Amino acid sequence: MPFPYNDIVLEHFKNPRNIGKLDDADGKATEGSPACGDMVSLYLKVDPETKVITDIKFESYGCASNIATGSIITELAKGKTIDEAKKITWKEASEALGGLPSIKVHCSVLAVEALRSAIQNYEEKHGLVKEKVATTEEIVRKRLKKVMNPIKGLDMVASNLVKEVEVKDGVVRIAIDLPENHQFANAIKEEALEKIESLWDVEKVIVEFAD
Amino acid sequence: MPKNYYMDNAAATRLDEQVLEAMKPYFFETYSVATSEFGYSLGIEAREALEEARSRMADFLGAGHDEFVFTSGSAESSNLALKGVAKALGAKKGKHIIVSKIEDFPVLYSARTLAKEGFKVDYLDVDEHGFVDTDMLRSLIGDETILVSIQHGNQEIGTVQDIESIGEICREKGTLFHTDATHTFRRIPLDVRSIKADLITVSAHTIHGPKGIGGLFVRKGTPLAKIMDGGFQEFDLRGGMDNIPGAVGFAKAAELVTEPENARLKEMRDRIIELVKKKIPDVTLNGDHAKRLPQNANITFHYVEGESITLHMDMYGISVSTGSACFSRSLEASHVIGAIGGDHERAHGSIRFTLGRYNTMDEVEYVVEKLQSIVENLRKISPLGKQE
Repeated sequence: MPFPYNDIVLEHFKNPRNIGKLDDADGKATEGSPACGDMVSLYLKVDPETKVITDIKFESYGCASNIATGSIITELAKGKTIDEAKKITWKEASEALGGLPSIKVHCSVLAVEALRSAIQNYEEKHGLVKEKVATTEEIVRKRLKKVMNPIKGLDMVASNLVKEVEVKDGVVRIAIDLPENHQFANAIKEEALEKIESLWDVEKVIVEFAD
Repeated sequence: MPKNYYMDNAAATRLDEQVLEAMKPYFFETYSVATSEFGYSLGIEAREALEEARSRMADFLGAGHDEFVFTSGSAESSNLALKGVAKALGAKKGKHIIVSKIEDFPVLYSARTLAKEGFKVDYLDVDEHGFVDTDMLRSLIGDETILVSIQHGNQEIGTVQDIESIGEICREKGTLFHTDATHTFRRIPLDVRSIKADLITVSAHTIHGPKGIGGLFVRKGTPLAKIMDGGFQEFDLRGGMDNIPGAVGFAKAAELVTEPENARLKEMRDRIIELVKKKIPDVTLNGDHAKRLPQNANITFHYVEGESITLHMDMYGISVSTGSACFSRSLEASHVIGAIGGDHERAHGSIRFTLGRYNTMDEVEYVVEKLQSIVENLRKISPLGKQE
């Protein structure tokens, strides 16, 4: 049939592999956000000795290429060590799928980012971060770029939602230009906390809203 | 080919055989152009056919024969309305234009082009059902305002505006009023003797007529400049080859739309809404229910993405459309759902069903049945909407 996707993509779209959630995941990550478009959650089980990914699952709130890439990336990562898995690129995933329409890059890259973030999450939680760089304002801002602002459809940094960031003695304070009773305030706060709390030297994150 | 369940009639419709039959003689017998009427008799016949089609089109709108201009479709009609008025009045009266935020692209982008050329464009807000704010309209119209363009029925969410009141406001304030009636023409009553519109966009592609033919009602005396140069066709308002088979086909297509047909579309529309609400949890109807195009249903299925739904539907032979950003070439989510206060999430999972002459109630049942299982399956793989 004349779909814009090839047969491999359609096969993964129709029958996605490794669908679901791991309640006892060793590492997990969510990329994207429901308010702005596609979203992928990815869960890992890692062998503590060999660092091999023994189980991997994903959930998708997205279009065909998003679902298909989630499916292929979990297949590619399963059985690899975390060091091998984090090197898997979007290009490799796309090639394994026999190619994706170029306009769909942004939907499919989320799954690749989710895999890397889940591995990073695992490493941070298990004290495996090799280069222990002290958290700076810049690092915090970089991470906040992954938190989407549902009002604008842009990330919270690009949409000028982040008024101020302060990092001091393991405490990160983030001032957000949004009243606390705003309908999206809590969702943004939760996402921001999730992104910053796992940093190795961060003990506490305080999110402040505008008056 | 497997059976097709086509419910994207706002985008294009299947041609009615009777329309094709009416058009045929103007391809094979009277194939000359109307402008050759002073040269040979075939030209006279062509002229007669064109003018008869024009009279019939004007009649459907309650307009005079010389108030209807054929164009290549609704995009050209709306371009002519906005840019033609801007060209005629921009220097004389003022450079202010008002359009609603939920207009279709020909109006929206014509306004954007005019804004680049120095016109001031105001975009009217709509409420959560998609109705324009008439108080805001009143307050925005000033001495410099040359045109208000507010659609009749919405292309995505089906909301039908009160163009009678809007026309009154514009008339009272002394500004011209254009309405894009692409989705309402022949589907809901539209008569220029009661509606004070000066310009009305219509098209054949939404009513089982041919593609590539549309029209613009131009009320007598409306200042309008030509934007397509060529010959002196269409009262010297639109240069270019007369599309006589198209004009004849358009008039035939308009004639074939009947009240009972519109009532039948409305029944199917209401059945879709009723069945979906009954069978599928967490859905939102987009647009107003009462003041709605008889052929349009637009529903958001929360926690899932629209392109994934349409692709699965397509595997069952079902054609529908979505406001999801993933579906559009521009990767922008529906500006209409944005304007009615919906976030990206609401556009992301929105599905538009638009019905036509060839749909049946059995098809409606089939489509909702498939939709139910597709949404259920997609929700299973979605990280959203699950009980923790």
